[in-house]
Formats: sequence, C-alpha cells, structure tokens
Amino acid sequence: MADVTAERAVGAREISYREAVAEGIAREMRRDPAVVCLGEDIGEAGGVFKTTVGLREEFGPERVWDTPISEQAIVGAAMGAAMTGMRPVAEIMFSDFLACCWDYLANEIPKVRYMTGGQVTVPLVVRTANGGGLGFGAQHSQATENWALTIPGLKIAAPSTPADVIGMMAAAIRSDDPVVFFEHKGLLASKGTPPPPGHVVDLGSATVVREGADVTLVALASMVPVALRAAELLAAEGIQAEVVDLRCLVPLDVATVLASLARTSRLLTVEENPYQGGWGATLVSVVADEGFGLLDAPVRRVAGECVPLPFADALEEQVIPTVEKVVAAVRSLAAY
Amino acid sequence: MDATELLARYEQMAVIRRTEKAAHDLFLHGLVKGTTHLAAGHEAIAVGASAALRADDYVFATYRGHHHALARGATPEECLAELMSRATGLCKAKGGSMHLTKAATGMLGSYAIVGAHLPMAVGAAWSARLRGTDQIAVAFFGDGATNIGAFHEALNLAAVWKLPVLFVCENNLYMEYTPIADVTAVARPAADRAPAYGIPGEVVDGNDVVAVHETVERLARRARAGDGPALIEAQTYRHFGHSRADPATYRPAEEVERWLKHDPLDLARGRLIELGVAPETVTAADERARDVVAKAVEAAKAAPGPDPGEALTDVWADGGAAWRT
Ligand SMILES: Cc1ncc(C[n+]2csc(CCOP(=O)(O)OP(=O)(O)O)c2C)c(N)n1
Repeated sequence: MADVTAERAVGAREISYREAVAEGIAREMRRDPAVVCLGEDIGEAGGVFKTTVGLREEFGPERVWDTPISEQAIVGAAMGAAMTGMRPVAEIMFSDFLACCWDYLANEIPKVRYMTGGQVTVPLVVRTANGGGLGFGAQHSQATENWALTIPGLKIAAPSTPADVIGMMAAAIRSDDPVVFFEHKGLLASKGTPPPPGHVVDLGSATVVREGADVTLVALASMVPVALRAAELLAAEGIQAEVVDLRCLVPLDVATVLASLARTSRLLTVEENPYQGGWGATLVSVVADEGFGLLDAPVRRVAGECVPLPFADALEEQVIPTVEKVVAAVRSLAAY
Repeated sequence: MDATELLARYEQMAVIRRTEKAAHDLFLHGLVKGTTHLAAGHEAIAVGASAALRADDYVFATYRGHHHALARGATPEECLAELMSRATGLCKAKGGSMHLTKAATGMLGSYAIVGAHLPMAVGAAWSARLRGTDQIAVAFFGDGATNIGAFHEALNLAAVWKLPVLFVCENNLYMEYTPIADVTAVARPAADRAPAYGIPGEVVDGNDVVAVHETVERLARRARAGDGPALIEAQTYRHFGHSRADPATYRPAEEVERWLKHDPLDLARGRLIELGVAPETVTAADERARDVVAKAVEAAKAAPGPDPGEALTDVWADGGAAWRT
C-alpha cells in the first residue's frame, strides 16, 4: 500500500501532503506568536518525515525546539505550556510511540479541564505519523487513532489530502481543546492543490468525496483513496458507491453519515486500525442505534486484521484493507 | 524571616494542620468519600516555599496536595467543600481530594499519577521564558516519584533548556508502604540524582519553615535570573498513613516518635519564642486558625451538593461534552 496516491497526476502547482504539514503549521505560526513547536529532530533536520522543513529557518530556535528522546517530557511540557498561555504543537515521531507518553494522552491532558471544574484549558496539538504500508514492521506501522478514540476529552483529526492537512491543522492549532493530529505515512508523498490563504476545515466536518446512490463507504486518512479506487472499479460494474471522508473521529460527524445513508441505505466502514476496537465499531453502533430504519442491509466493516503489522509487503497486504477487499465487501452488500 | 512574617507562616501552617484534622474527622463521619492523602507533617514545605514565590508563579503538586492548595491561596472552605462533594468546592466537586486546583492563584493542579506533573512544570517554565516573563514553576512531589521515568525526562529537559523550574521533593521516607531506601539505588533519592543532570541538588530540613523558605528563595532567584533549574530534597515525615486506608503500622515506633518530636509547628513556635514573641501571641494565632477552620467546616457542610447536570460539562473549552454531531 506504499504511498497509496503517489501515482496520481502531479501538476506543477501541486503541494505534497508532507509539505502541507509544514505549510499548515507555518501559516498558523505566522498569524499567532503563541504557536511553538517541539519534538525530536524537528528543527535543523526538518523532521524524520520532512514534515517540518523550513520552520526552523523561518521562525528560529525560540519557536521550533529540538528535544531529547523524551516522549513524556515532550507531551508533558507541551501540556504545561498550553496551560499557561502558549499553543504548542508537539511532534511524536511515530504514532506507535504515543504509548511512551500515554499517561499524558490518557490521564493528564484530556482530564485536567474536567477535574478542575473548567479552570484549566489545554490548547495543544500532538502531531504524529500514523499507519502502515511502508514496511516499517510492527513497532513503526500501527494505525493508532482508535487508541485515542477511547478517551473522552481528546479531539482526533486524520486528514487525507494536502488541502485538508492545511485546513485541519489551522483548526487544530486554533482549537482551545487538545487535538491529536494523525498524519498518515502512506499519504506523505501524495499531492494536491494547495488551498487559498485562510483555509480552515472545521474539526468534525466530514465530507462526501464521491457521490453515489447504492452504498455508503465511510473511510479515514489512507483508507479514503482506497475507498475511492474501489468505488471507481465498482462503478464499472454499475454499483454507485458514495464515499465519505470522515476527517475527524472526535468530533464525529454522524449527521453526514446518516444523511448519506438516507440516500444509499447501505453502510460499509473502511478502517486501517484493527477490527477489534476500531472506530468503525463506534460508528456502526451509532447507526444501529439511530439510523436502523435507514438501512436495507446489514452494516459491514472492512478493517485491519487483529495482528501486529508484519514486515513483508506481501504480508502487510494481508493485514491492511485493500481495494480488492473493499470491492468484495461492497459487492456482497449491494447484492443483499 | 522576621518575627512578624514567621508568625504569619506559623498561622498558615496551623490552618493547614487544622484543615487536615478536619478532613480526617469528616472522613470518619462519612462526610468525605473516596480517599484522602493527608499532608500533616509536611506543612513547612508548602508554606516555606510559597512564601518565597510570587503570586504569578506556577505550582504543580501531587494527590498529597491539600497543603499546597491552601498555601497557594485556596481557602479551607473551598477545599473542604471539594472533599465533601459540594457545589461550592474548589473544582465544583469534580476534582476531589487528589485534584485540588486553583488556577487563578497559580495552583495549577494536583495530579494523582506519580511524577506526571514534573514535565508539566517544565512546560510552564518554558512558557514563561517564551512569553518573556520572569515567572518560575515549582513541582512538589514525593520521594517515590524519583524512580519514575517522567522525573528523569523532566530534569534533563529543564537542564538542557535551562528553564526556571524548581523540583521540590518531599522525602517522607516512604512511598505508599515501602521505604524509599529499599528500592532506590542512591541514599538521597532526589538530591543524589541532580549531579547527573548538572543541576544543584540540595537537602533541606523540610520541617523547618525558615530553612525551606531560605533555600527556595535562593534557588528561585537563581532560576529567575536565567541560571536554570534546581532540585531540592526536603526531608520530612507524614503524621498519618499513606492514605485513609493505611494505619501505617509498618513504621517503627521510635522512628515515628523521633519525627513527631520534630514537628514543623513546634519548631516554628520555638523559633518565635526565641525571637521574643509572647507565647500568648502564638496561642492567639492557633485560636484564629481553629476558628477559620471550624467556620469552614460548617460552611462546607451547609453547602448544596452539585447539580447532576454538571457531570456533563467542562470536558471541552466550550463548556460542554459533545463528542459528535
Ligand atoms: C504511576 C503511578 N504508579 C503508582 C501509583 C500508586 N501510588 C499512589 S501514591 C504512591 C506512593 C508515592 O510515594 P511518594 O512519591 O513518595 O509520595 P508520598 O505519597 O510519600 O507523598 C503510589 C505507588 C500512582 N498513583 N501512580
């Protein structure tokens, strides 16, 4: 699944997803002096994924800070800074490493506002490279957005296009609430049109990226291009799939999903995270609860297998959802 | 510290001691639920340190943090109301004993995950530097926290970034039930680690409010001047067990006796007398403290419980809890 959209036509005026990350941060740093960045190798080196290239040059070492390998200190310090007037953007290199600072994600950042009776607000962004497809093996490849989904108090963004990276980065940095921002490794090389100045995509606004009357595919991040490719193949068979890019898990745009189901009456979620505990389970449970009458078929989920990510491409393909698996699932749903 | 100031510190410690006693009694009467981690015995650290801080400095503490909240501007009434689950509680009854926070007076919270708040204090100090103020941040923590990864990450980051943060260890010899000496590779769990990070590590008598004040004042001045963080190991003892569930039978009787004789209030009282303050003046301070706390208990008892709707507020900055459309 490496670089799932790399083969798209590349125009001269296009921007890559990885450039969009730096551009999105830079736009906010230009408008708000309270925005500062910290993380491992993000300064001179421009980030191990080159997602912070140019920030140190433009904003200097007092706004772009290289840290030691100290995930707890990075996120904990970001929290302390956010509580006292800054808007820090912390990078955790690979999303797997969120486990090293899980206390901050699970116990500190999301709870402090609530348990202080609203006294303290934590406006920070934790950015991290998420997901598989690049053959990095089990400890550098997980799609972990569902970890964060289990915790009340975190907003979760996972853009699928460069324009959304910039628009959602703006919304995340301006948010007075903590946001975990998942940048998908498999999308970093993909390209798209750069959005105009001032572009903001509100957190919690899903978007219909392809219209269709027969079945709704709800996807996130790297699974959006997979769902779109599947929809193209299915169209050739006369099945019109509508594709919803969820963009955020919290806030969750249930309204857009239910509106789509009102048109299609069939639902398939396409998730990279393991089926066990995946976000699709939450989404389909809400649909079963509130939109059962809209359905003409059972809900289906295509998700990652419940194993650690294996190394070899051929094995990774068995584990992460593929276009073929999505096509097969849609066929069976359409025929129900 | 002159006699007038010391008397004020004494009275503050007396208020804290009485508030802790009230929390203990209210628990026995079933009016405080959950658990409490009383800090009776640790008062001189909170009071001595706070006296050396400015109103706009930041303080982060642990679940054993009643004394820090009180020393840092929370009233006994707000604290007791919080413990008693009243709407008038410091955190609207959403925090409880382990999470006393009063952001408006720089008490940025009590945290119940051991060591977690040390990096936050580093962040607050970093923020002060970024905003160009000369505020400092102080993290108070137990000896047990010195073996947590976050302690070491925080010390190193504060040292390499030369941030104005003071790490104040309240070494009361025990974690929950295990002596810190049994599980730590060095004799002084905090101070002995400081050289590894190239920062000052000082040991102070944590029951002597004057000594704590002097040490914190000196190291705070240094931090404010841009010379970086420091670590203080304040030696002290808790009068009660670890928490409500703990009668502390594991502590040798002679050890308990020795430390109870070295009580921070007695010590301060002795110093006041030495400075020529009349014993009646000190007793009058005790009486004022008793009255303040007695009134606080009555007011907290009389306060209403929380509106059940409050359970679904304050998750997000908009005041609500909605996670979906
Ligand atoms: C990360 C973590 N591990 C374990 C605990 C359970 N626990 C609560 S207090 C405590 C002892 C802490 O001792 P110390 O740091 O010396 O502080 P003291 O209670 O003496 O003030 C333990 C183990 C916890 N709250 N957090």
